[in-house]
Amino acid sequence: MQEVPRFRRGFRFQWEPAQQSYVLLYPEGMVKLNGSAGAILNEVDGQRSVADIVASLEQQFPDAGPLGQDVSEFLQDARQQHWIEWS
Amino acid sequence: MSCSHGHPAPANPHDAGPPLWLLAELTYRCPLQCPYCSNPLDFAQTERELTTDEWVSVLRQGRKMGAAQLGFSGGEPLVRPDLSELIAEARQLGYYTNLITSGLGLTEAKVDAFAEAGLDHIQVSFQASDPELNNAVAGSRKAFDQKLAMARAVKEAGYPMVLNFVIHRHNIHQMNDIMGLCERLGADYVELATCQYYGWAFENREGLMPSKAQLVKAEQEVNRYRERLQQSGSAMKLIFVTPDYYEERPKACMNGWGNLFLTVAPDGTALPCHSARLLPIEFPNVRDMDLQNIWYDSPGFNHYRGDSWMPEPCRSCDEKEKDFGGCRCQAYLLTGNADNTDPVCNKSAYHDRILAARRAADHATAGLTELVYRNADNSRLFFRG
Repeated sequence: MQEVPRFRRGFRFQWEPAQQSYVLLYPEGMVKLNGSAGAILNEVDGQRSVADIVASLEQQFPDAGPLGQDVSEFLQDARQQHWIEWS
Repeated sequence: MSCSHGHPAPANPHDAGPPLWLLAELTYRCPLQCPYCSNPLDFAQTERELTTDEWVSVLRQGRKMGAAQLGFSGGEPLVRPDLSELIAEARQLGYYTNLITSGLGLTEAKVDAFAEAGLDHIQVSFQASDPELNNAVAGSRKAFDQKLAMARAVKEAGYPMVLNFVIHRHNIHQMNDIMGLCERLGADYVELATCQYYGWAFENREGLMPSKAQLVKAEQEVNRYRERLQQSGSAMKLIFVTPDYYEERPKACMNGWGNLFLTVAPDGTALPCHSARLLPIEFPNVRDMDLQNIWYDSPGFNHYRGDSWMPEPCRSCDEKEKDFGGCRCQAYLLTGNADNTDPVCNKSAYHDRILAARRAADHATAGLTELVYRNADNSRLFFRG
């Protein structure tokens, strides 16, 4: 939980009004993110740790219950896909 | 799509998706002469490239319609002196900006200037893994060394590195060397794109198309290399594109006609893909019509949307929503009628033409020097007759 995720070089996360969703852009490709993936990646800034991100999301979504496991699993998955890396 | 500026929403009878991908072919001019170039055969006839202001307008309109990926391509886009300006404009609009280049005309100073302007990614194309073959295919004696130097400069500047190799019968034996070269250069993505037969490549098909045996061996080599990369935890990704001619079902070309991709050619002609110019269809020009009307309302872009245009065997086929009948350009080049089922499909009455091309590939003997190289002199032969 102390790892600090950041986007891999060449990956850009942004809101797309036309698609009404967050997307991840990379060389000649684009992933349209669902709501929770978008909310998690929106917290990735290369400064804050996974634990910080979990705390922030739990504050934003108080009804969602503990989020540690889901967020941690998603970020591990995103790391395996080489979208993010630990800084 | 809702619109808060008082414009009526465009009619969209076929429920076409927005043009998320915009390919800006800035010029057909190119220092290389690759005999598989996807530019039109008569490219030398094209005059009056769009001006900087006209391109800026295209970029703004496209972004407003939802385009997020932008490719600067050509020809060789570096030929345009306003490239840096266009990159800066595109980046500021929010595009992910890709420069697709041969590397010729690139310098370390330009690599840095483009990064400053906000360029996200540079894709450098190679023709082979060694200078001799590379330069023979490219028709340029200095190409390989320049490409190597520029690939290193791109890496040095911190861009993600994408290397592209077009694969054909003259370099398909080099797969392991090619992948090795890419790994040494630190590539993030490697596109190993076996030649597709449009434009110049269609003219040169017999001299380019690999045999089935060559293709199978190449694919095995890629798969083995990929496993090794995965085991070592490498992030280098290999993308192997197999040629349509060895498939039994057609591809879902461009994810559907006018459904995702929008190409704007150097003279402003808007196309649903970069090959579509060869079709006997009138396509609109960004100088005459705004992009919104071009995409949603023009006859050219609506020509093959939906399925009411489909003849048999597509019309009653249960896969028609999966592959949309395949590629219109391939149907046109191989059957003379772009409405026909892509002959790659083994349900097509013309599938024997694909089979004949495969048989020919088993016995082809043409050397590199017998290919028709892509240059202005050869191009003029195609429109002067």
